[in-house]
Amino acid sequence: MATVPDGGLKALIELCDEDPDLRVVTLTTEEEGIGLLAGMWLGGVKGVLLMQSSGVGNCINMLSLPHVCRIPCLVLVTMRGGPAEFNPWQVPMGQAVRPTLEAVGVSVHEPRRAEEVGASFQRAACAAFATGTTAAVLVSQAILGAKDFGRDRGAS
Amino acid sequence: MTTLCRRRVVSRILEHREDALVVSGLGAPTYDCAAAGDSPLNFYLWGAMGGAAMVGLGVALARPDRRVVVVTGDGELLMGSGALAVIGVEAPENLAILVLDNEAFGETGRQAGLTSKGLDLADMASAVGFRQVRTARSEAELDELAELVQAGKGPVLAVAKVALKDEPVALPTRDGALLADRFRSALGVTP
Repeated sequence: MATVPDGGLKALIELCDEDPDLRVVTLTTEEEGIGLLAGMWLGGVKGVLLMQSSGVGNCINMLSLPHVCRIPCLVLVTMRGGPAEFNPWQVPMGQAVRPTLEAVGVSVHEPRRAEEVGASFQRAACAAFATGTTAAVLVSQAILGAKDFGRDRGAS
Repeated sequence: MTTLCRRRVVSRILEHREDALVVSGLGAPTYDCAAAGDSPLNFYLWGAMGGAAMVGLGVALARPDRRVVVVTGDGELLMGSGALAVIGVEAPENLAILVLDNEAFGETGRQAGLTSKGLDLADMASAVGFRQVRTARSEAELDELAELVQAGKGPVLAVAKVALKDEPVALPTRDGALLADRFRSALGVTP
């Protein structure tokens, strides 16, 4: 598992850290994970990349690598910039995630409810590893809850 | 003054490669590796600039039993320079990066690169935890550099200061799916 962490991924990253069968590689920028997963696949090992939506923009040109080489690439994206967003700097990339991913040939899987996330991830993994494509699962703030920036502790 | 020829450096280092796995960065390093002799164990990048070091790290982590050599240029490495920090932390002993440093963007009109203005790649790699780094500027230093890339305990960063000069065309296939498939087949990875 490779990641640039996000708050929405906190529990999952902790589970990965505790799993003796997983190696967790912390990245400086998300596109590094695309190259890493491609190299691992060439060597016969599967991986998954976890990131926040703002990291998707960093990956766009690097996604040409798995696309052209028909290398499976499985990505889990926790979203920012939706209707409940507090920080306007998250909005442009948040809105651009789906259209930019689809523009470079990534299949996008977007569960509507928390109960659908597992099945959605399973479908994305099948799409990636069975057909040699890049598949991304987008988990919305409606499912995750929006970052509160301390507002529940009285901040304005 | 730089006297090293990039083709000579790559052929010298790959001539006794044995079963090493090679990942080349886009542009001239890909052509240099092809000119040194095509192999299914060469994975040539034709794009994805900045990605060669991370692809090499992925291969090195997946196959700790094999030597992995990334051959790339100064511009390609610097575009993904965060990868140096990740590699320094992951510390794969089987990974070596050979940088053919011509101090310029050779593919796009020879515009000056950052290493022409004082940036030292070996210092960078050393600062982020590479176990061994070395820079070679002359033929006399090439044997030591080759030995380090072939067998030095990694992560290794080896910089060859090479002349800015056009070499004969040597283009490998640019069919990425073919490159990936033959690499995995040669490694015995089942589909």
